[in-house]
Amino acid sequence: MQILGYYNYWVFAVLLMIGLYAVMSRPNLIKKLLGMAIFQAAVFLLYITMDKVEGGTAPILRAGVADEIYSNPVPQVLILTAIVVGIATLALGLAIVVRIHEEYGTIEEDEIRRQDRE
Amino acid sequence: MITLFGVFILSLLVITAIGIVRSTNLFAAVMLAGLFSLQMAAMFFILDAADVALTEAAVGAGVATVLLLSALALLDDEERRTRRSRWAAIAVSLATTLLMIYATFEKPRFGDPLAPANQHVAPWYLENTPELIDVPNVVTAILASFRGYDTLGELFVIFTAGTGVLFVLAQRRRDTRFARLPNADAQGLRHHLVPRVVGRLLVPFIVLFGLYVQFHADFGPGGGFQAGALVSAGFVLFALLEGERAALRVLPRRVLAGMIVLGALLFVGVGVAGMLLGGNFLDYSVLGATPVAGQHVGILLVELGVGITVTGVLLTIFHAFAARVSER
Repeated sequence: MQILGYYNYWVFAVLLMIGLYAVMSRPNLIKKLLGMAIFQAAVFLLYITMDKVEGGTAPILRAGVADEIYSNPVPQVLILTAIVVGIATLALGLAIVVRIHEEYGTIEEDEIRRQDRE
Repeated sequence: MITLFGVFILSLLVITAIGIVRSTNLFAAVMLAGLFSLQMAAMFFILDAADVALTEAAVGAGVATVLLLSALALLDDEERRTRRSRWAAIAVSLATTLLMIYATFEKPRFGDPLAPANQHVAPWYLENTPELIDVPNVVTAILASFRGYDTLGELFVIFTAGTGVLFVLAQRRRDTRFARLPNADAQGLRHHLVPRVVGRLLVPFIVLFGLYVQFHADFGPGGGFQAGALVSAGFVLFALLEGERAALRVLPRRVLAGMIVLGALLFVGVGVAGMLLGGNFLDYSVLGATPVAGQHVGILLVELGVGITVTGVLLTIFHAFAARVSER
């Protein structure tokens, strides 16, 4: 259990930085959006990792069972809504990328910069 | 066994993420992103977050993939090889990763019931939900009742994002209204027998499951966010099979726009109704004969509002992209 615990946090750190790396190094706008999605998913993983309680189960109360251990419901509520907000912002980003492509004919960042300078 | 499975899924997540970043074909990257979401959903399930897993599977693996694909249909799906040096980005990412891994050794033990995150309000919610709200699913109780304000805010973020997409994509090159869409035979997968037959069988059950998730949220994993994603996934599948035109005949744009507003108004309306009946904004206790009955009514209506708005926004966004595709 101990190793899995640290492993969760490590995977969070690695995923977060893979996402950031994609945003920083790739000039392609769709790649940047996918990188942001990975970054976001890493944060979700961190929060959900923190909700786990040893020997616990999903926080859906069972009637008549008094000493059941439940995992922490608060991070779950946060992340549940964050996922749907995430898709809405992703869609907004995609819409802007589509419009950029219509205007510039490309979705590569350096191409767009070059056209702007001309 | 579960531990091993968790380690396996987490490793797969890292591999998939590297695959997404490395592949130069954007189509492949998007499909990998769908897989990534599915693995993430499995991981959430292992970590006891059934509601979150359901949302991630419906939204991440379902709706997000469809939206990314419909955007890709308008763009080039090959990423241009760049000659730009990446050493700065690699150095920054690597240094920050190591720093964060170093910081994890200060984190509380995994699953520690005494960790700060599991103290404070969480036990209070778990203890008082049966008495104050009396619904088994504590996640729903917090989402819709205890933290109703937050959920209202989130709903308006989604509302704003949906309106934003409409604004950005509303500007058309030429007028393509409903009547000028390509004829129905040319659209969708009408000529592909197997997907069509299987898909047609699936659509009603997906929508039915969405409705179950909507109205069963008090007792099991579910709620408006998940139901909205599921129902819109069902309609998106219908649109993919039968063509956009057929889908718009079932749910016209006007109705979808109405749904976006109606859901948000329903949520605010429940809040205002509480005020008119002598309580605070979003205080459901005054809505029923007893406080607990009032809570049940309030949660049902609020979740319904969330579901309606989410369905409306997601389908509107899908149609906004799809209309752009058929315009070309």
